[in-house]
Amino acid sequence: MPFNLLVLACFLYVACLFAVAFLVEGRAARGRLGWLRSPLVYTLSLSIYCTAWTFYGAVGYAARSGLEFLTIYFGPTLVFVGWWWLLRKLVRIGRQHHVTSIADLISSRYGKSNTLGVIVTVLAVVAATPYIALQLQSVVLSFGVFASAAPEGSNPPEPGLIAIWVAVGLALFTVLFGTRNLDAREQHHGIVIAIAVEAVVKLVALLAVGSFVVWGIAGGVADVIARIDAADLAAWQVQPGRWTGLIFLSAAAVICLPRMFQVMVVENQDEGHLARASWAFPLYLMAMSLFIVPIAVVGLERLPVGSNPDMFVLTLPLAEGQGALAMLAFLGGFSSATSMVIVESIALATMISNHVMIPLWLRLRPGAAAADDLRQVVLMARRLAIGAVLALGYGYYQVSGGSAALAAIGLIAFLGVAQVLPALIGGIFWRGATRTGAIMGLMTGLVVWAYTSFLPSFGPGAALPEAVFTQGLFGLSWLRPQALFGTEAMDPMIHALFWSMALNGMAFCLGSLLTFPGPVERLQGAAFVNVFEGSIGPQRWARGQAEPEALLGMAQRILGEDEALALFQAAARAEGKEGFLPDPTPAFLDSLEARLSGSVGAATAHAMISQLVGRATVTVEDLMAVASESAQILEYSARLEAREAELTRTAGALREANEKLTQLSLQKDAFLSQISHELRTPMTSIRAFSEILTEGDLPPDTVARYGQIIHDEAKRLTRLLDDLLDLSVLENGAVQLTVGLGSLQGMIDTALTAARQTRPDREFQVIRDLPSETIYLKTDADRLTQVFINLISNARKYCDAARPELRIAVRQRAGRVTVDFIDNGKGIPKDSQALIFEKFARLSDANRAGGAGLGLAICREIMANLGGSVAYLPGQGGAAFRVTVPLRLETLAA
Amino acid sequence: MLLIEDEPNIAEAIRFLLTRDGHRVSHAIEGVAALAVLRDDCPDLVILDHMLPGMSGLEILTAIRADGTTRNLPVMMLTARGRDREMAERAGADRFMTKPFSNAEILAEVRAMLGQSGQTAG
Repeated sequence: MPFNLLVLACFLYVACLFAVAFLVEGRAARGRLGWLRSPLVYTLSLSIYCTAWTFYGAVGYAARSGLEFLTIYFGPTLVFVGWWWLLRKLVRIGRQHHVTSIADLISSRYGKSNTLGVIVTVLAVVAATPYIALQLQSVVLSFGVFASAAPEGSNPPEPGLIAIWVAVGLALFTVLFGTRNLDAREQHHGIVIAIAVEAVVKLVALLAVGSFVVWGIAGGVADVIARIDAADLAAWQVQPGRWTGLIFLSAAAVICLPRMFQVMVVENQDEGHLARASWAFPLYLMAMSLFIVPIAVVGLERLPVGSNPDMFVLTLPLAEGQGALAMLAFLGGFSSATSMVIVESIALATMISNHVMIPLWLRLRPGAAAADDLRQVVLMARRLAIGAVLALGYGYYQVSGGSAALAAIGLIAFLGVAQVLPALIGGIFWRGATRTGAIMGLMTGLVVWAYTSFLPSFGPGAALPEAVFTQGLFGLSWLRPQALFGTEAMDPMIHALFWSMALNGMAFCLGSLLTFPGPVERLQGAAFVNVFEGSIGPQRWARGQAEPEALLGMAQRILGEDEALALFQAAARAEGKEGFLPDPTPAFLDSLEARLSGSVGAATAHAMISQLVGRATVTVEDLMAVASESAQILEYSARLEAREAELTRTAGALREANEKLTQLSLQKDAFLSQISHELRTPMTSIRAFSEILTEGDLPPDTVARYGQIIHDEAKRLTRLLDDLLDLSVLENGAVQLTVGLGSLQGMIDTALTAARQTRPDREFQVIRDLPSETIYLKTDADRLTQVFINLISNARKYCDAARPELRIAVRQRAGRVTVDFIDNGKGIPKDSQALIFEKFARLSDANRAGGAGLGLAICREIMANLGGSVAYLPGQGGAAFRVTVPLRLETLAA
Repeated sequence: MLLIEDEPNIAEAIRFLLTRDGHRVSHAIEGVAALAVLRDDCPDLVILDHMLPGMSGLEILTAIRADGTTRNLPVMMLTARGRDREMAERAGADRFMTKPFSNAEILAEVRAMLGQSGQTAG
């Protein structure tokens, strides 16, 4: 088989992947993913669990250790079938909190701690580097198989050169499709589809080789089983300890591997896909493992002793002259390797850029976040990180020399990422887990793993001095990397697994128990642990086993004792029960939840009730503490608020009272001073003229005139005193009304007659509409007449027209009667209209006729007492007043 | 002399008293007319009511004091409100009388003011 043809096939295959990814990205950009986001694609993308290690290494594993290779499939199967609700929780958390990587999940669970993000990132990179090297190595090895089988004269390239080309090619592909744009959810549709295609290729390739082995080389199923029996199965003893350890390890890895987390959680399109994958993915794994043993057994039988069992999948078809089948197998292995590297490098690049590069960049350039386009920076960081991850993998491959058995490297990587497990499981199931605990656990796990598994894997004398292996660190024999605390007889793998996980878990629990979570941690802890509760949504409550007393206790803490008791009593009464404890019917639970959510918010109320109804995982004490705490805070702030409001109110009332008093005092002063003036003026004249008259010696007509003046002024004084008394009685509401039925027309007649005394010399025309005046009012006729007299006298007094006229218009509407008095004078200036009803508000003395300025004030008070009003009517030409009076005055006596 | 008073009866009483005492009395009932009389007649004494329509007594007094020709003119203020006294004196009134007053009082005050300023009755 020509080597160049192989390279060509490789290129074509990669080009195909490019095309598929490109097409899908295009469709995704137009929002037309359709069947591409189906459970099938999701399940196939999960198959990146099966890397080149599984594709080639499983056969080698079987050839070396028998059925033990199956543990690597059992772990994920157990997780997907038996623990799929853990995965569902992870997926839900991932979607709700926009988790971008496993480091992001751990970091945001523990109070968005970037320290944790960095630790997980470092752990993941260290563990993944050999794993990536492994993939490169598998590609180089498979090329090598073809090269050695190639005819003489052809010139296969150097293995190192192949590795570098593969690394560069993968970096290019990943950068192209992994960092095309920044998606908030870090989803890469094109890559997922490419992975799914590769999953199909590797399954088909492995099944094809297996079928060829069973039916092409051996004589069918029965023959193969016979051959397996004939093989030295006695040596393939099941070691329970090692099996348990390896199953646990692979189960942990399928949860914690960054690439698995990427496809399972981050790239998840629909939570429902997980349900399908929970049985479909184990089926895929089964199909992948179906022919491993036959290939291993037949390979061991047919191929020369000493040939690498890791390459049986390739070498068997080649040895049988099946070039095309070998080519297919090669592409299957190539797919396994490339898909793993692509997804792993995307996952790692996300972690590196988000938790290491961007924080560093922002710290080095403060203010840059606002100034530059951060998207471009993040994308560039991603690209650099992808390049760095692949460079690391290539570097490791070169340093390690590419000779170690594949399975060993895979297991070491598994154990490394498994160190995240305690912090992850604790984080989503235990609210007491704290940041310090997570850091302690992760650091302990990282150190123990590195010391007992990762560093020793380089061989004695490479990373660790040989003396450490034999005598222990610092010469302490209990610190020997493969015999910690004197545990010598253990399998190194199981030894490292046991100690790293045990110490990690212990440190995590201890640290969490000894420290107290910060506020953000508590919030995030609750959000992660109770991720399903918030989303139960408006679903109705089923009758739970809630104790009414417990519900009442909680409600009292939130609503306050009295209110809660009242609520429960009302509910109990509605159910026809005595006392305060209603049955926890769904209806009651609904109303209680609605009531509580008014105080503490919907989510909290729902979580609290679901706790008491028996749906949650948080402890009652926990919730009570929260409720009590928030009630105290609420009460305290309510008290503060009430006190402040009261103070403000008191201050306002005081200020108002003070203003009123000042105002009153000013008014009183003005009034007294006005009265003083009004009283002194007539008295001055009276005194002066009476003194003049006393002196005698005056002509008789002068005496008569002066006597008249004294008389007039005395009358004026009396009237003033009468008015003052009247006003004071009216204002104090102490007036005695004589309510009776009276004719409006009669009252107006009386008033016109009485008002004739004012300026009797003057010609004054009155216009009336007599029919409209035939209204009988139930009111105090004398008082109402007094108002009319005042208004008519004012018109007689102040109307300055040459031929003065007064129009009296009566109208009746809605139980009230209006009487308008409109003269044809100049009227009252606009700015004075508001003043005329005040006491002593005489506008001008030009036309004075002896009034004291109390008339309109008295009118206003009378009308108020009669249940009506008097107001100035603007815009009527002359001065106009409207008297409004109720048809029937309702009095207490009547 | 000039009497500025809007109450006709009070004005008549004062006028009668002062005329009988030998003074020539001109009368104005509000500020604008009063100031015109002041310019034309050059009286040697002004009796000024406090509460007047239009310009108040205080405003008229301020105008009298602001004018160079009448700056030193003796002014007696009449008021019916006790607490106006201080304001009137600050504005430059020479004498201040509270209504009601006796005829003897006002005559004595007028004579004293005219004697002080060294003028004879005119």
